[in-house]
Amino acid sequence: MPIELEDLENIAHLARLHLSEEEKSEAASSMSNILKLIDQMQSVDTDNVTPLAHPLDSVQRLRDDEVTETNKRDALQKIAPETDQGLFLVPKVIE
Amino acid sequence: MIDSGLAQISRALAAREVSSVELTQEYLARIEKENSNLNAYITVCNELALEQANAADAVRSKGEAGAFTGIPIAHKDLFCTAGIRTSCGSRMLDNFISPYDATVVERFKQAGAVTLGKTNMDEFAMGSSNETSFYGPVKNPWDHSLVPGGSSGGSAAAVAARLCAGATATDTGGSIRQPASFTGLTGLKPTYGRVSRWGMVAFASSLDQAGTLTQSAEDAAMMLNVMAGLDQKDSTCSDVSVDDYTAGLDKPLKGLKIGLPKEHFSEGLNAEVEQCIRDAISEYEKLGASIQEISLPNSHLSVSAYYVIAPAEASANLSRYDAVRYGYRCENPVDLEDMYKRSRSEGFGAEVKRRIMVGTYALSAGYYDAYYRKAQKIRRLIKDDFQQAFEEVDVIIGPTSPHTAFPIGAQNDDPVTMYLEDIYTIAVNLAGLPGMSIPSGLVNGLPVGLQIVGRDFSEAQLLNVAHQFQLATDWHTKTPDNQA
Repeated sequence: MPIELEDLENIAHLARLHLSEEEKSEAASSMSNILKLIDQMQSVDTDNVTPLAHPLDSVQRLRDDEVTETNKRDALQKIAPETDQGLFLVPKVIE
Repeated sequence: MIDSGLAQISRALAAREVSSVELTQEYLARIEKENSNLNAYITVCNELALEQANAADAVRSKGEAGAFTGIPIAHKDLFCTAGIRTSCGSRMLDNFISPYDATVVERFKQAGAVTLGKTNMDEFAMGSSNETSFYGPVKNPWDHSLVPGGSSGGSAAAVAARLCAGATATDTGGSIRQPASFTGLTGLKPTYGRVSRWGMVAFASSLDQAGTLTQSAEDAAMMLNVMAGLDQKDSTCSDVSVDDYTAGLDKPLKGLKIGLPKEHFSEGLNAEVEQCIRDAISEYEKLGASIQEISLPNSHLSVSAYYVIAPAEASANLSRYDAVRYGYRCENPVDLEDMYKRSRSEGFGAEVKRRIMVGTYALSAGYYDAYYRKAQKIRRLIKDDFQQAFEEVDVIIGPTSPHTAFPIGAQNDDPVTMYLEDIYTIAVNLAGLPGMSIPSGLVNGLPVGLQIVGRDFSEAQLLNVAHQFQLATDWHTKTPDNQA
């Protein structure tokens, strides 16, 4: 199934990616090929099959709700692009 | 000494024939000489390595050394290492210095291992040739015009060129086994959940698993002894009891039932590679195993299902790269959306963006049932195929890859061609099973890999099956310089 330009732009926006015109035409052709590969799945009837979400069919292990982490704000913010007084800075959101 | 395998090095250290500092200096000197050519390491940790080696020798002189004390290894550059850059092969994390160690890294530190450096890889582990790395392709030590395989190509090249005693790696669709096959190494991908994923940069969380690249099965067993086991920091890490993986290596194979999946011996398999695999099967018969043909009828759907599940999980995992808390941020963003979009577009390479797009599409409104849910149903069929086969046989063997290593640049025109590289390995990840690749021959002077797949948590058996083959043959001792 070929991908329409409009779909492609919508997916890029959802993924917060900016594609150049050149990247868009490459993406349209490679994604169409990938979707062709993926569509081979449709050849099998899976109506009565239960989806497998975890490879060993396991469920999440639970633990007691206890505080185990200490505050490491300074160490974690040291690698941030921009911070101020313990806050992460981003371009202005509210006028 | 540094040409020897990890187990041999461990014995030499124990016998005081060599010190950890001497070994580390030798490795660092060889890395200095060879790495500019091979591009196996992204980061080399000269000072840290010598510091750890000194500490290991001190521990030994106090009589407190363990089997791993002082052994120099390398980590794939997606295991977080406190104070050392963890790039994941991406511009996005080129400036990322983790504040903490991954559990795998922490366990090797506790065991006294020496960290020589961080190895090159396909960007975010997405690739089968190590060509998508922001730091450039890795060369195959067997022939520098060829790829080492991927995504753990740097770890494979580093071990194959004897630039470390062994290396950690990860496998989401074949990223340990295929490079092992292309570089003449023993690669081990444990069962999903056998090793903690905490501190491993996530690609596809229901498939990712940490493992090893080494010269032999005995070496792999020693590494898995350090890595395996429950970790409270990873809720998907299994609490199934851990074996002593070196203890069962010597068990004879008499009575072992081996299954050959007929789907792995069909069109597309190179005839000379097939001959090597057939010879290996004869060897196993000589060792007392019985061979029977089995069928994995849905295996032809594994690549399709994988290229829904892996990109879908990747698109969710990689949404964390928002240029706010860490990682690459573009110059002069005009507003928040511009910052997100330009940072991600400039920080990610083409293949990573492609997979994010595919995954976002598969998860988007109206397509979820047709793609993600359908793929999870196929995943069940694939798991059921294996379970049925394991009612009749103990292990399944076949080729790891349909051919030997290919030239750098040869498979870049259509991403689907590259995706089909992992045709024999991907189903194993979908089913969560443990798998290995061991050297089983040479075709035109290039290594061929034999894949061995077992039941959930049967790593001890796989290592035993691999080790017995390596006692009977010498393919695992071949190197680019010594193929005789």
